[in-house]
Amino acid sequence: MDFTIEFDKQQIESIENILQEELIDLGVQSVILMDLAGNVIVNLENGDSSHDVYSLAALAAGNYGAVSAMANIIGEQEFSLLFHKGEEESIHFSKVVEDLLLLTIFNKNVSLGFLRLKVAEAIKRIQVLI
Amino acid sequence: MALINPKKKEVQVKIVYYGPGRGGKTTNLEYINKKFKKRIQNEMVTVKTYGDRTLFFDFLPFDIGEIKGHSIKVQLYTVPGQVKYNATRRLVLRGVDGLVFVADSMDLRREMNIRSLQNLKENLETFNKSIFNIPLVLQYNKRDLEEEGIPILSTDTLQRDLNSRLKAPSFAASAVKGDNVAATMKKIIALTVGSLRKKLE
Ligand SMILES: Nc1nc2c(ncn2[C@@H]2O[C@H](COP(=O)(O)OP(=O)(O)O)[C@@H](O)[C@H]2O)c(=O)[nH]1
Ligand SMILES: [Mg+2]
Repeated sequence: MDFTIEFDKQQIESIENILQEELIDLGVQSVILMDLAGNVIVNLENGDSSHDVYSLAALAAGNYGAVSAMANIIGEQEFSLLFHKGEEESIHFSKVVEDLLLLTIFNKNVSLGFLRLKVAEAIKRIQVLI
Repeated sequence: MALINPKKKEVQVKIVYYGPGRGGKTTNLEYINKKFKKRIQNEMVTVKTYGDRTLFFDFLPFDIGEIKGHSIKVQLYTVPGQVKYNATRRLVLRGVDGLVFVADSMDLRREMNIRSLQNLKENLETFNKSIFNIPLVLQYNKRDLEEEGIPILSTDTLQRDLNSRLKAPSFAASAVKGDNVAATMKKIIALTVGSLRKKLE
């Protein structure tokens, strides 16, 4: 059995701290760091709601893969922003490194622009850890 | 790629049910979902097209308890069997740890089984994986059709067509009746998790 990315306990704790500081403290409902096989690596919730994160990760991995394949068909490497806007809640995906995605769920109290900024900062901090 | 979370002491294992369209993959998961309701915390997820066919995949997370102090979360997936959905099949195979190949025992489906197995082999190769050294179980499904007088392939024929080189464990099954559905699943979990044990020492 192969394990493409391995994390030790300390890495996971450091990643949790970053996601807490950059995103949860900002008002984001839920953050999932996942791989493209659909595995959940880290999940944090702000306590206001709880989601079925394993199913979300499975669907997000499929969705990301499908969108990437679409990008390839039209001659793009990838689409940098993946964002689904709902009436109340929205989902934002961002690539962290090859095979790793950061998924955030947030509501109307958080602006997309600010969220993107904070996601980018969190990703930069996570990249040096892995 | 099974994922180990050393902080939560949790392992996620991905098992994919593969096989020709209409062979009974989704029916396997539906049966497991009903039968093991207590161990399944979340709803089964199905991405369907018009007409009830699997478009993308079915997904069923399943807790199997603890091994060496780690809680094991098995994620069961199915692929869409129709030939035209190969791109989505490949997405679902990403990071697969164990496979169940669900063959359709109906006489008419003989060629389709062989082609689907060949397609699996090729798709695994695109991930640098070999069908010969990934945990694999074969299921010869729809055995119940015999009682209805519908011509089916003998298990010997199915073994010869599909398993002569693989020599994987195989089960004659009926997903609608539930015969050997749990046995198939238990076998693939045992094989897949068995390969993990060393890692968890
Ligand atoms: N008689 C019989 N029919 C089955 C069995 N398993 C599945 N089916 C039927 O075959 C059809 C296709 O099954 P489905 O699970 O959707 O196949 P999939 O395309 O492999 O996911 C459905 O009408 C099922 O009810 C079985 O063991 N016996
Ligand atoms: Mg199906």
